Amino acid sequence: MAHAIKAGEQPWYYLPQPSRWPVVGSLALFLLGFGAGLWFNGFAPGPWLVLAGFLVLLYMLFGWFGQVIGESEGGLYSKRVDISFRWAMSWFIFSEVMFFAAFFGALFYARVIAVPDLGGIENRLLWPDFKAAWPTAGPDFKGTFETIPAWGIPALNTLLLLTSGATVTWAHWGLKENRRGQLVVGLILTILLGAIFLFFQGYEYTHAYSELNLKLSTGIYGSTFFMLTGFHGLHVTLGAIMLTVILVRSIKGHFTPDRHFAFEAVSWYWHFVDVVWLLLFVLVYWI
Amino acid sequence: MSAVLDQHGHEHAHDHHPSGLMRWVTTTNHKDIGTMYLWFSFAMFIVGGVMALVIRAELFQPGLQVVNPEFFNAMTTYHGLIMVFGAIMPAFVGFANWQIPMMIGAPDMAFPRMNNWSFWLLPPAATLLIASFFMPGGGAGVGWTMYAPLTVQQGPAMDLMIFAVHILGMSSIMGSINIITTLLNMRAPGMTLMKMPLFCWTWLITAYLLIAVMPVLAGAVTMTLTDRHFGTTFFNAAGGGDPVLYQHIFWFFGHPEVYIIAIPAFGVISQVIPAFSRKPLFGYTSMVYATASIAILSFIVWAHHMYTVGMPTVGQLYFMYATMLIAIPTGVKVFNWLATMWKGSITFETPMLFALGFLFLFTMGGFSGLVLSLTAVDVQLHDTYYVVAHFHYVMVAGALFAAFAGVYYWFPKWTGKMYDEKLGKLHFWLSLIFFNVTFFVQHFLGLAGMPRRIPDYALQFTEFNMISSIGAFGFGLSQVFFFYVIVKAIRSGEKAPEHPWEGADTLEWTHLPTPAPYHSFETPPVVK
Repeated sequence: MAHAIKAGEQPWYYLPQPSRWPVVGSLALFLLGFGAGLWFNGFAPGPWLVLAGFLVLLYMLFGWFGQVIGESEGGLYSKRVDISFRWAMSWFIFSEVMFFAAFFGALFYARVIAVPDLGGIENRLLWPDFKAAWPTAGPDFKGTFETIPAWGIPALNTLLLLTSGATVTWAHWGLKENRRGQLVVGLILTILLGAIFLFFQGYEYTHAYSELNLKLSTGIYGSTFFMLTGFHGLHVTLGAIMLTVILVRSIKGHFTPDRHFAFEAVSWYWHFVDVVWLLLFVLVYWI
Repeated sequence: MSAVLDQHGHEHAHDHHPSGLMRWVTTTNHKDIGTMYLWFSFAMFIVGGVMALVIRAELFQPGLQVVNPEFFNAMTTYHGLIMVFGAIMPAFVGFANWQIPMMIGAPDMAFPRMNNWSFWLLPPAATLLIASFFMPGGGAGVGWTMYAPLTVQQGPAMDLMIFAVHILGMSSIMGSINIITTLLNMRAPGMTLMKMPLFCWTWLITAYLLIAVMPVLAGAVTMTLTDRHFGTTFFNAAGGGDPVLYQHIFWFFGHPEVYIIAIPAFGVISQVIPAFSRKPLFGYTSMVYATASIAILSFIVWAHHMYTVGMPTVGQLYFMYATMLIAIPTGVKVFNWLATMWKGSITFETPMLFALGFLFLFTMGGFSGLVLSLTAVDVQLHDTYYVVAHFHYVMVAGALFAAFAGVYYWFPKWTGKMYDEKLGKLHFWLSLIFFNVTFFVQHFLGLAGMPRRIPDYALQFTEFNMISSIGAFGFGLSQVFFFYVIVKAIRSGEKAPEHPWEGADTLEWTHLPTPAPYHSFETPPVVK
């Protein structure tokens, strides 16, 4: 840039130097994709390639995020960069919404169209005994299975996640009022609530597999149930990891009362995961 | 660039740009990345084109003579996937990378490192696709639409294809987030949304479409993956699922995808036609609204790809009428392009020729689309060569011709060199003629009932297939000629004048020298 930048003056827009992190990330995804493709078909190097890909991915995430955090703490990001991050996070969450929409769409289609259709007159010849009522594992499913009632663990989990939404907001208030203790305690509580949620989900899955005969392979009910709740659980896990990073940064003294978008981004993500759960609770467990 | 600041305010001048290959691997410059997108796109265009020629070689005569049917199926599959995801989409992302920062007065894209990643995810995805050919059982012959239950029964190639689609999706989503953020947040002072060049508007809308539908495709192929390996039954009626479910999810992605390809092409055409008519674009505001309407409508018409799958009549009627609605905003656009030329001082350089070719042939493709939107007609024409002809009119004579127009139009700004006008025009006429030789006759084949994606056909279809194959090889050679035109211009083209097109009035022409410097608009211009 032609003009020298004075101390404390931010560039109009910070443009990073060339970076090797993206191509490292590409290598990681290639190893993961190729490895998984081999693994699922029983070729020996598959799992090792997946492991290698995972390690390279971790290396990339540490390196890239570390660099961004350094730039942020170094004061390189102007207000305009901050707005870019806000737009980007919003659109990223929108893409996540659409990903879940595909699976919710599959659930609605199965319940409203596919299953009633299988009970229709055309299929009676093939499957005369099939009762087209939800929950079902399809006409070819042998044996019985049970579903998980909404007003047990799922209701408790709803309470846990809603509370965690409140605690993360409480932590945010602490950050904005510069009460760092409240910030740290709020984050720890949020992470703990998320962890308890995940523990209950794990317990519920074990219960479903061992006692209810409800598995991923339990027809369309098992498919939609486990894929929806499973992807949600994965997102809770990612959210909890992100919260942990924010917690460590808070303890290290990062963020100021008026500049802390990383915190807000993670709390947006956490609220998003929360809303998905509410939909799951109503549409998957309850009705 | 002073990227590294210390507490004492010294500017660190060490701009340690790697050189050689590492420059391209690590670059965060939108122009470098745009260039890589364009060359990658051209490479994939050649790969996908060779596959098309294998198809046309086999179809030159009835009977099986060149390839076996499985390989033929793989060719149609990979040709479609590579052209859509490897050639056309990256070409327009390349344009977006080069042009958007220059057209809105921004110093670069909003997230230069993520921009690099969006590009560098493409080669691994392409490698996975190509690697899938060499898996046991050979390439997946499922069609680019990857319909269940065929995909569930395929060999290991299918898994690599699924992961390639996942990676391509990530690339598209990140690229789109970058483009949207750049457009919303990095416009120069005074550049309001309604002052943006139309190319920027089309990309804003396209990026929105991409973020909305690429995750849905990811969901669809993920369900395929779990149906294949983890016992789910999304697409299996015996387990309470439905193969038609796949088609619904896929086309919820697939129809917006068609506009993801077409809308940036509209953007390029909306820059080229005013420049060579020496008049501002007619009906700018209506262009913006028409483009947005097309995008919104694209979400609610998907099942017109599925008329023969067994839908209730009321569903068919709904999708028919909703589809026909799209003709209205598209008609607005075509009208505006024509009105822009009306009483203009028109010259016919290569970009304008390709724009006019686009205008005429894209409209033809639109008309055959309207024919196909009629349920009663589509039931006859579904999966025939009429459909193949239709979408090649919009994808090749539409999107590809617009990309050619854009390359010739911005070539001087990018390279500082002029292409050879005579050779450029020759490329246009060769492309135009051979395109029509290839695809016009396919309308007749389709109307006569020749099914697509089948390596053999009845004797009555021979003549038209021979004509089509000759056209295809001619078209392929014309694109080798295009390569020659471009390489010749880069290596020994004449120096481009400062303003090669006097009708061009966007920021990259009015505010930047030719060729554009490596870093442009480090401090934003003020737009009045």
